[in-house]
Amino acid sequence: MAKIITKDLNLWYGGFHALKNISLSFESNRITAIIGPSGCGKSTLLRVFNRMNDFIEGLRQDGEVLIDGVNILNGKTDLVALRKRVGMVFQRPNPFPLSVYENIVFGERIHADSVNQDTLDEVVENSLKSVLLWDELKDKLNKSALMLSLEQKQRLCIARVIAVKPDVLLMDEPCSALDPQATMRIEELMRELKNNYTIIIVTHSMQQAARVSDDAGFMLLGELIEFGNTDQIFTAPHDKRTEDYITGRYG
Amino acid sequence: MRKFKEFIVEKLILICGIASIFFVILIFLFLLKEGLAVFKTVSLFKFLLGKNWYPISEPPQLGILPLILGSLLVTLGAAIISIPIGVGCAVYIAEVAPTQTKEILKAGIELLAAIPSVVLGFIGMVTLVPLVKNVFHLPTGLTALSGSIMLAFMAMPTIVSIAEDALYSVPKSYKEGAFALGATRWQTIHRVMLPAASSGILAAVMLGVGRGIGETMAVMMITGNAAVIPHSILAPVRTLTATIAAEMGEAVVGSEHYFALFAIGIVLFVISFAVNVTADLFLHKRQ
Ligand SMILES: Nc1ncnc2c1ncn2[C@@H]1O[C@H](COP(=O)(O)OP(=O)(O)OP(=O)(O)O)[C@@H](O)[C@H]1O
Ligand SMILES: [Mg+2]
Repeated sequence: MAKIITKDLNLWYGGFHALKNISLSFESNRITAIIGPSGCGKSTLLRVFNRMNDFIEGLRQDGEVLIDGVNILNGKTDLVALRKRVGMVFQRPNPFPLSVYENIVFGERIHADSVNQDTLDEVVENSLKSVLLWDELKDKLNKSALMLSLEQKQRLCIARVIAVKPDVLLMDEPCSALDPQATMRIEELMRELKNNYTIIIVTHSMQQAARVSDDAGFMLLGELIEFGNTDQIFTAPHDKRTEDYITGRYG
Repeated sequence: MRKFKEFIVEKLILICGIASIFFVILIFLFLLKEGLAVFKTVSLFKFLLGKNWYPISEPPQLGILPLILGSLLVTLGAAIISIPIGVGCAVYIAEVAPTQTKEILKAGIELLAAIPSVVLGFIGMVTLVPLVKNVFHLPTGLTALSGSIMLAFMAMPTIVSIAEDALYSVPKSYKEGAFALGATRWQTIHRVMLPAASSGILAAVMLGVGRGIGETMAVMMITGNAAVIPHSILAPVRTLTATIAAEMGEAVVGSEHYFALFAIGIVLFVISFAVNVTADLFLHKRQ
């Protein structure tokens, strides 16, 4: 089932046309990868889905972005509710300078009207378990999250998002700060998470896109050149430019 | 030739560096020499905790507790007033204000920092003192509270500009992370930005308030200068600094009174030094 559908999405940074007529749909319980050269608008597209571009001055966008059938681009959208449903994991792990525990319950604290200790403990345990950190960290919950390894930090950031119970996970190059082993393990985690979430990942690594995604879209200079099943995109691309890019002939 | 020039410049800079340290040491030694002499006649304990400051009675009573308490009271009051306003202002400038308002506010704060303290004291004397007198129905408006309010004005620029820097240097990714989790602006500020900038803000407060401890002119003009142990913030007080400034002219060189004033200088020095070092520790912890 299509979770997110964009229709003729256009976005301008001031006079710069960064997204051009993007129309595509993202399926539930699948991992969709967005690939393309640097500056083609991958992050921009991702940040449309949780309206993180809103902070940028001079931003203009038109078209439609339907999440569960509701257009989120109009002024009436409740941004807090939207961001609860559409979580985001950033390129550089960005845990808050708080304890592991407080990082995970952050969402609960800001969204719940009243918090009770048992609920918080439960949220922490469940979230850490789902990113496979519980055994490592269960005795270190009060340690500062800044003391963790990069991989642990990124897992913690994923846990922090999961704790808010979103349905969509946006991941903007989530592994680019990690070494190959850690990358493999995060990919493993993504495959596990996709049973419960719609995952969209932006990545520079074609291998990663091929390994982890079910669908893939190739972008170039703000345009979506080709979108389809990952196997098809990587083995039999319809567009010459896609082929050039995935075979490494593109600058 | 070039090497020679290099050599000369290098040595000159070295001499400048050594000279400044040399002068500091000289001043400090002088302060110690003159100040410690008072302890030939009064014990340290009696000096610090003595309740009476009658330097020209016979024999002189040299207890500086009322002065220490006066300084503390005025400074504490200033801290209570300036911390929330200063930090609030910094948060507004760093996180909320639109660019234009921000520039205007920053210029205003710099202007405030540029007002000489004697001018502030004078303005305080003719505006603030009568106001305090009328509002609290006091016999005189020359009180610790007036001093506190005035000092708060003086501490504000330091607090605002350093706290603002601290907020700016919080990584943008923290803010993004909070917003992406659905936090509102206020939640982001108080749950993420303020804790992340806390050591810098603490340093800002200490430096701002620390400046108050050493402040003399304005305080002398509006606190009433009564060297008695204050029982409330609405009583006249005399601070350590004001005591030195007011009495140095009339103290006979080499008298106990004279030595005692230098000893007060040492006490001030120690307090300021401690505050600055602590603030420094917090600033470095941040980096
Ligand atoms: N805030 C902004 N203001 C103006 N232009 C911007 C802004 N953010 C991005 N751009 C421009 O929009 C284009 C797309 O940027 P975007 O960050 O989406 O690219 P990307 O595909 O994610 O690149 P990368 O792979 O390097 O992360 C770039 O040309 C960039 O310079
Ligand atoms: Mg990007």
